[in-house]
Amino acid sequence: MTTDTLPPPAPTVAPIGRGRRGGSLLGRSLRYLTLVLFLLIVLIPAYVLFVTSFKGLGDATPARAWNLPTSWETAGWSRAWEQLAPALGRTFSMVIPAALISAILGSLNGFVLARWRFPGADIVFTLLLFGMFIPYQAVMIPLVQLMQDLQVPSGIPSLIVLHVVYGIPITTLIFRNYYAGVPDELIEAARVDGAGLFRTYLSIILPISMPAFVVVLIWQFTSAWNDYLFALFFSNARNGPVTIALNFLASGQLQDYSASMAGALIASLPTLVVYIILGRWFVGGLMAGSVKG
Amino acid sequence: MRVNTLRIGAAIAACAMLTLTACGSDDEGGSSSGSGGGEVEVFTWWAEGSEKAGLDALVKVFDEQHPDQKFVNGAVAGGAGSDAKNVLASRLQTNDPPDTFQAHAGAELTDYINNGQIEDLSSMYEDEGWNDVFPQALLDRLTSDGKIYSVPSNIHRANVVWANTQVLEDAGLDPKATYDSMDDWFAALDKVEAAGKIPLSIATDWTQVNLLETVLIADLGAEGYNGLWDGSTDWAGSEVGDALDDYAKLFSYTNKDRQSLDWPDATQLVIDGDAAFNVMGDWAVAAFDEQKKVLDKDYVAFPVPGNDGIFDFLADSFVLPVGAPNPDGTEAWLQTVASAEGQEAFNAAKGSIPANTEADTSSFGPYQQTAIEDYAQDEIVSSLAHGAAAPIAWLTDITSAVAKFGANQDVDELQDGLAEAAEKNAQ
Amino acid sequence: MRHWRRWLPGLLLVLPSLVLVGIFVYGLIASNIHTSMTDQHTRVEEGGFVGLQNYRDLFGDEDFRYSLRNLVLYTVTFLVGTLAIGFMWAWLLERRLKGEGFFRAVYLFPMAVSFVASGVVWRWLLNSAEGDRASGLNRLFEGIGLGFLQNPWWTDPDWGILAIAVPAIWQLSGYVMALFLAGFRGIPDELREAARIDGASEWQLYRHVIFPQLSPVALSAVIIVGHMSLKVFDLIMSISGQTNYTTKVPAIDMWVEFSAGDYATSAAIATVLLAIVAVLVVPYLVYTFRQERQR
Repeated sequence: MTTDTLPPPAPTVAPIGRGRRGGSLLGRSLRYLTLVLFLLIVLIPAYVLFVTSFKGLGDATPARAWNLPTSWETAGWSRAWEQLAPALGRTFSMVIPAALISAILGSLNGFVLARWRFPGADIVFTLLLFGMFIPYQAVMIPLVQLMQDLQVPSGIPSLIVLHVVYGIPITTLIFRNYYAGVPDELIEAARVDGAGLFRTYLSIILPISMPAFVVVLIWQFTSAWNDYLFALFFSNARNGPVTIALNFLASGQLQDYSASMAGALIASLPTLVVYIILGRWFVGGLMAGSVKG
Repeated sequence: MRVNTLRIGAAIAACAMLTLTACGSDDEGGSSSGSGGGEVEVFTWWAEGSEKAGLDALVKVFDEQHPDQKFVNGAVAGGAGSDAKNVLASRLQTNDPPDTFQAHAGAELTDYINNGQIEDLSSMYEDEGWNDVFPQALLDRLTSDGKIYSVPSNIHRANVVWANTQVLEDAGLDPKATYDSMDDWFAALDKVEAAGKIPLSIATDWTQVNLLETVLIADLGAEGYNGLWDGSTDWAGSEVGDALDDYAKLFSYTNKDRQSLDWPDATQLVIDGDAAFNVMGDWAVAAFDEQKKVLDKDYVAFPVPGNDGIFDFLADSFVLPVGAPNPDGTEAWLQTVASAEGQEAFNAAKGSIPANTEADTSSFGPYQQTAIEDYAQDEIVSSLAHGAAAPIAWLTDITSAVAKFGANQDVDELQDGLAEAAEKNAQ
Repeated sequence: MRHWRRWLPGLLLVLPSLVLVGIFVYGLIASNIHTSMTDQHTRVEEGGFVGLQNYRDLFGDEDFRYSLRNLVLYTVTFLVGTLAIGFMWAWLLERRLKGEGFFRAVYLFPMAVSFVASGVVWRWLLNSAEGDRASGLNRLFEGIGLGFLQNPWWTDPDWGILAIAVPAIWQLSGYVMALFLAGFRGIPDELREAARIDGASEWQLYRHVIFPQLSPVALSAVIIVGHMSLKVFDLIMSISGQTNYTTKVPAIDMWVEFSAGDYATSAAIATVLLAIVAVLVVPYLVYTFRQERQR
């Protein structure tokens, strides 16, 4: 029954199955060689970002992209920090509530759609899912008007609302598929006890939801953090998140290359840290992003 | 513990609902505090280089004149203001205007007026006596239906050629020479090409529009060029066709990496001696000044061939947006912008000409002196690339056609695109 | 009678979410389609109904067809690139090599970075200057003796859009790898063993055992990467900008028209974009829905 639902996301990355032998020595060497080659290719942009961010003004030109800095300077970093710091603070104050609220909504929805179903729950779920795939351009023009009519202030408040609302489909999906894997006996036991919806949720479901919560929080955190489209329409350089501030820093006419590159690193740091510390969960979150596991 | 979780959950859920429904009651205008001073957010695209230096100088005067108001920089960089204009458009759309913003005098301003986005400043003009300190030709371009909507800060010229003396000499050209027509200029460009340098440096799409407008001026003359905007010159006609052929020819002399560059990079190619010529507005003079290049020694500047006696004009100005959070602050800013001190400080640093005729320009650089002279005697036409000649929607369509030409270099398609844009946008 | 008492609380609980999605997704799509059928071509005027006129204009416009062509080229390249590279990485890592975790982590990290941030460096790397003034990748190619690989990247009028797919592939291949890796790990060892005992060659093993097992993974990768690809916007904005012709796609056109105040055209472009995504996603959702039903 689990073929087309998500496995509980956490263990998907953990190696399953016993180790198979890696083949002959030659085969193994070739394998490593290819892997290392790709590793270098993947790291090229990271190298350029890192090296350029430490260059001085004359040194940081596209023509010298591949050279190491003639002297390692941190001026670019401090210029970038100066420009991005307020936006970083705002981004945190947007992303954290947005992730928390959408995780809670997703958990409740997922529970009902997986375990407390009502007639038509499947079709409702499918309709919800469609919301996850739409290009947001298709709602943008009336959305600008709607947010104005609701008088939601531009900037962080608008973005919280938008990330919560448009996060409902994906978070519901992840929780629903996670809860679908909860053994029937657990729920049945509660039902026999005569527990209602809320008691079942609180006493049975919530305590085992931790893995799914982590996945959803990471997912929402990264997607809200990296969002540019909503930020472009609903905020500005003064009240917007870090993607807007970074674009502002990097698209200037007199390009401050070292600060742009340092800025790109600074803006990516939070998601990278999340990813390094919780890498396993992050992969789980990615897997959960697929409708099928 | 479970109870706690529940409470927290309920609290957050309640917050969610509050965010969705009730937060409208909270007025975001809190940054100003009525009549007693406050923050003034000034929205510009003056984020870097000489433009930023000019803004900084202006802010210094502002702080002296209005110590109770605090300047907040709302600058957005990129694309000669095209990025900023997009951002501004969406801010105005979402009723989130800055306290004041930069707008080019002319058609661009008309857009904001027609959209009901900026306030009439006629009474302020009378109170402050500004009608007497700005030239009439300029005031005309700030006026709509007898009402005046913005305060000009500076005047720029967009049809200037900048050239590197050394590169010209190396190519066997006389740096003192000027060129009467496009054809004369092509001969010079050929020589530079033969000498192995970039004949004409250019940057991304908007600088190509800037080049195109100077070619149109050269080949159509002031009257013909003005006719493009009121319908008396036919975009699909053969005169425009010939001008576009010249543009295509000029384009063939340009650097291939233009799309990756913005104007400072293209000007830098001339400064560094990688390119001979660059067509750019006279804000470029600041780039030469900053790098201690001397006019007529290290570089020369002259009107685009065929543009003699025509001043391709643009002026920046500031407005009072409808619904500005701190209108008193805006007024204070406009007063500083209009004042002789403000204009001197700003224009000296930015490399432009003061709009206020009472400003003292004796300390200005040699290029600016010639520009001031030309402005007084030349015929004035409105710049296209900078929003003075055509409304934003028209400029957007022209830019698309020019950008497309930049990619496929098909002159017929360029003319079709321009004619289509005219048909769609001309009133 | 007791039945509804049982499910009603559940329905009530999800109702707020349903209402929100109903309004913010379906309601706004409807409203947007309505705008697309008016002649509201400036900010101020209220539009009158013009039916499908804006769509006819769009599809009659060569430049918009070019945007659509770009979008198709980009999507195909992006899909093929991520699937091929992602599959290869997963296949290389599948046999539990030493250091697997490290490789996996490095391959995956670009996924955590926003397109805006990676655009900053890719704008540099994809600089179109060649020869003496070459920089970025073109210079690297020259430096390592692969000068013939130099090319104008995203400024090429025919294939420029493919250059934008390069950073996109860089960013998403690791994700596809993770999907395939999970797929590989989900194949029971017994299946492989059984095939080997039957004397199947390595190729036959893949052809008849492994590929069929991986096809659901491939399908979801196609759906996810495909719909991301159709929405491409951030990356182009931060690499080539909104006015550049060679990298035009509908999402960029939509933004340009929106900021020029042409709401009707902008809304029509957005609706076309929605229709394209729907063609990809709706059959998939229907298929998933049917599968759910069967259980």
